[in-house]
Amino acid sequence: MNLTLRIWRQSGPDDPGRMVSYPVPDVSPDMSFLEMLDVLNERLTLDGEEPVAFDHDCREGICGACGMVINGVAHGPERATTACQLHMRHFSDGQTIDIEPWRARAFPVVKDLVVDRTAFDQIIAAGGYITAPAGSAPEAHAQLVRKSDADAAFESAACIGCGACVAACPNGSAMLFTAAKVTHLSLLPQGQPERSTRVVGMVDAHDAAGFGGCTNIGECTAVCPKGIPLTSIGRLNRDYLKATRDRDGAPGT
Amino acid sequence: MAVTGILLVLFLIAHMLGNLKIFVGATSFDHYAHWLRTIGSPVLPDTWYLWIQRSVLGIALVAHIWSATVLARRARAARPVRYAHRPKVQGSYAARTMRWGGVIIALFVVYHLLDLTTGDLNPVGDPRRPYANVAADFAPERWYVTLFYVVAIVTLGFHLRHGMFSAFRSLGQQTPRGERRARAVALGFSVALCAGYLVVPFAVIAGLVR
Repeated sequence: MNLTLRIWRQSGPDDPGRMVSYPVPDVSPDMSFLEMLDVLNERLTLDGEEPVAFDHDCREGICGACGMVINGVAHGPERATTACQLHMRHFSDGQTIDIEPWRARAFPVVKDLVVDRTAFDQIIAAGGYITAPAGSAPEAHAQLVRKSDADAAFESAACIGCGACVAACPNGSAMLFTAAKVTHLSLLPQGQPERSTRVVGMVDAHDAAGFGGCTNIGECTAVCPKGIPLTSIGRLNRDYLKATRDRDGAPGT
Repeated sequence: MAVTGILLVLFLIAHMLGNLKIFVGATSFDHYAHWLRTIGSPVLPDTWYLWIQRSVLGIALVAHIWSATVLARRARAARPVRYAHRPKVQGSYAARTMRWGGVIIALFVVYHLLDLTTGDLNPVGDPRRPYANVAADFAPERWYVTLFYVVAIVTLGFHLRHGMFSAFRSLGQQTPRGERRARAVALGFSVALCAGYLVVPFAVIAGLVR
């Protein structure tokens, strides 16, 4: 396959950046998208040019490091697939592919396709934890969890924090990420002590980081490589309404 | 957005049901319009209830537009650099057109008040004969009025289709089955409301109301 890539090149945070075209000949349909970029980077390096910077780690679709907007869609055209697990057979010979970084104020571009996702860490730090007694691990079956709750919590726990939801959202909102983290912990008995402070703290951190507000459009779910459902945002809203109602912490409620 | 939207939807339901009185006859419709001015009497003096409702709706409308503006401004600020390649939103047409649709509806509301409440833009413009005002409004030679009315109502239908689902979600709807039901209710309600409003101008054009 012969492809033309149009890639966002930005040498640093202060560079305004631009789209640059690169012809990439002889691409195997069995390559992953990142392997195809590796081939381009080898050639750029040999030619003495700066290789295209992009984030990647496990290349197995489970770490959440990789992520780029491919032809306007976060992680590319395949549903429930990260960019590293996307294969070139989903593209056609002679195609032009536009590659851009996640675009959000809260995700400033570090270089080329690499963005700084510290904002997600700030949201996690504001409530994505539980208080657990330190020491030896408790007996696994000591606390029973309803199967449906365990399943829903696990579904949300699958979030890898890649940031595709923010990239796809027309409002630049990170509500699907925040909702996944809230749902994951608030459905389990271990997450109950911080249930109210968690949702309020995480939503406050979300807003403070400069993400937009959610208007329930659903673009996030469509591109999420882990298929986090939009219903988790409803769960976040319900927890938030309850938490802000009894924020004064009346005992026994 | 959700709470103010619900208040406005409640008004839309009452307004649509009131409109349908036009099919009962001119006397009935005019009597109904007059009754709106005397609800609450004699506990409240004439038109007091009307003004209470008008102020509640006005506050709801302002709060609704204000929240939408805050959201739109936040969305704009959240993405300072736009995508070079941006296909259309995969989600519904309704969700995509909430903001501009809202602007169209707001402009229509202004026109609608000048037309049928104050009568300034109505060919008859007699507050004591609302039936005649409506019949004159949608006369076939004033097709552009009907066209604007239809565009505004269809826009309202799309606005409600996403708006109602979104309101359920904002107020904590959280199950997949509930989501399917909320979407179905929003669609069904929007279609019914659109039909209820549109039947009046088309009845005038068809000569059923004259």
